[in-house]
Amino acid sequence: MGRTLAEKVWDAHVVRRADGEPDLLYIDLHLVHEVTSPQAFEALRLAGRPVRRPDLTVATEDHNVPTTNTLAPIADPISAAQVEALRKNCAEFGVRLYPMNDPGQGIVHVVGPQLGLSQPGMTIVCGDSHTSTHGAFGALAFGIGTSQVEHVLATQTLPQGRPKTMAVTVEGDLPAGVTAKDLILAIIARIGTGGGAGHVIEYRGAAVRGLSMEGRMTVCNMSIEAGARAGMIAPDDTTFDYLAGRAHAATGPAWDEAVAYWRTLASDDDAEYDREVVIDAASLSPYVTWGTNPGQAAPLGSRIPEPADYADPAARASVERALTYMGLTAGTPLSEVAVDTVFIGSCTNGRLSDLRAAADVLRGRQVAAGVRALVVPGSMQVKAEAEAEGLDEIFRAAGAQWRSAGCSMCLGMNPDTLSPGERSASTSNRNFEGRQGPGGRTHLVSPAVAAATAVTGRLTAPAQL
Amino acid sequence: MEAFTIHTGRAVPLRRSDVDTDQIIPSEWLKRIERTGFGAGLFSEWRAGEGFVLNNPAYDGASILVAGPDFGTGSSREHAVWALQDYGFRAVISPRFADIFRGNALGNGLLPVELPAETVETLQAAAEQDPTVEITVDLVAREVRGAGLVASFELDDFTRWRLLEGLDDVGLTLRNEELITVFEATRAAWLPSVA
Repeated sequence: MGRTLAEKVWDAHVVRRADGEPDLLYIDLHLVHEVTSPQAFEALRLAGRPVRRPDLTVATEDHNVPTTNTLAPIADPISAAQVEALRKNCAEFGVRLYPMNDPGQGIVHVVGPQLGLSQPGMTIVCGDSHTSTHGAFGALAFGIGTSQVEHVLATQTLPQGRPKTMAVTVEGDLPAGVTAKDLILAIIARIGTGGGAGHVIEYRGAAVRGLSMEGRMTVCNMSIEAGARAGMIAPDDTTFDYLAGRAHAATGPAWDEAVAYWRTLASDDDAEYDREVVIDAASLSPYVTWGTNPGQAAPLGSRIPEPADYADPAARASVERALTYMGLTAGTPLSEVAVDTVFIGSCTNGRLSDLRAAADVLRGRQVAAGVRALVVPGSMQVKAEAEAEGLDEIFRAAGAQWRSAGCSMCLGMNPDTLSPGERSASTSNRNFEGRQGPGGRTHLVSPAVAAATAVTGRLTAPAQL
Repeated sequence: MEAFTIHTGRAVPLRRSDVDTDQIIPSEWLKRIERTGFGAGLFSEWRAGEGFVLNNPAYDGASILVAGPDFGTGSSREHAVWALQDYGFRAVISPRFADIFRGNALGNGLLPVELPAETVETLQAAAEQDPTVEITVDLVAREVRGAGLVASFELDDFTRWRLLEGLDDVGLTLRNEELITVFEATRAAWLPSVA
């Protein structure tokens, strides 16, 4: 029987296999940031262990960094201490770090791909659940906890139980105005926040093949929101074109050798998945979330659901609770929900094409009175590229704030937060209670919908402008 | 890692599904660089409100959390496990756990026990009716006993052995360091490196 993409990458990284034990997997790239690493480095220090492969380890500062006035010291002393701890640890253990204000700094999942470090067939880990992003390249990439960060630093391996495989096939082409973000929100709404549990999802089908690398990253990024261990897309010419010429991509005969190998990674025709889901792309439209988990999403053109529509008592209770927290009334058209904040950025939608999509909507338009709109590029390189195209001018002219790179309001560990009761349309990945600040209310949307929402002050698709 | 063998304690019924790690320990707490002291932040947003089960003094000192499905979704923050342990929990029972949370818990000796939804419901109802009821989580026998039921749960032999012995993964892996070195010699030359 043939093997799936995930199985091929897995099998190529088994250092040790023993009956009844998890496989010991070799890790090709370990990405590190300031939040989930200090306790891991401290454990190494206490055990007197070095970082085994500093040459396969890259760190950046992203979660805590302010996005304004970045040349000043970080005002929050606890954030400052955490960033300082990363700097000391990287210096002590010989790890390459992209610190604040460095041209290479940015959100860890934007930095890896832009450097050409994330490549097909690799195993990639990071102490961050959105590591699934790198699966867009056909890598097996997954988030880990701090004890596992310590394990990878010390051994460059990780013991892992073999995952199940799941195919999500999106047939046909996405209709005009429907983006990668809408697609992944629709997939999560369909399979649920636990729908991918224990599985690596492989996204397949014409609509997926038609996505750009940045769109594919958006899709794979939110695999974790479906509970999946990872999300992957088989590498193809779109992947190779993106990688060619990047700083850490091979050149010359080595590049040809790499591409030849990468072409063997696609799932075999006779490979079998443990679970398969098929989605008709033509049925999709812009999606937004209305609740407090990413599975609570619906087409923007629909209404907020009635709890009574849910037969399962637990699901009904969850919907009731979500509507109470969100301050929403069942039956209200989603397009009537008013927001006071718009956040465009994050590892989900903070790349150049995302900013272009938002700028296309905001060009010549104005952010509605009373709406605060933040545009936060995913990396300093994205910021520079956007500025070279004049996107910053479009955002500023529209009345949006153009910021420096970081995770920012996706999770509000820096000063960019929602106040209690504030409501955002956000291009990030989590609408959990309090995610963007205690008492804050989040609607997950695409960059285009975020921009259109900024213009009208209520959830809006660009086609409605 | 603290070994886990058999634990008997009182249970807290948490009737919520999709309890994400942002709720278990809000991101404000993630700025700390220590590994201890996270108990004060456990469910801090919910505890600040009224009617949250942990605010009921009848559950003070309880050590087993009985929650709805998809417990520990979202962020990979191991701080969620540290917070549960620091607060005093030794085990969490749920119909389904998020993968990363489950791995983090197993790595720290906090036992994630998956039981069918009806069994979880029975345990929750029992703990609500009588907060003094005691439940035993027995890793040796791989079963939960109490509230008039005996329910077996699954955990692979290797992970069970590691928990019973309180062994940490790094030490186990380094026993195979030679195999890692052998594997490294086979890696393709074109693979990226930041050296």
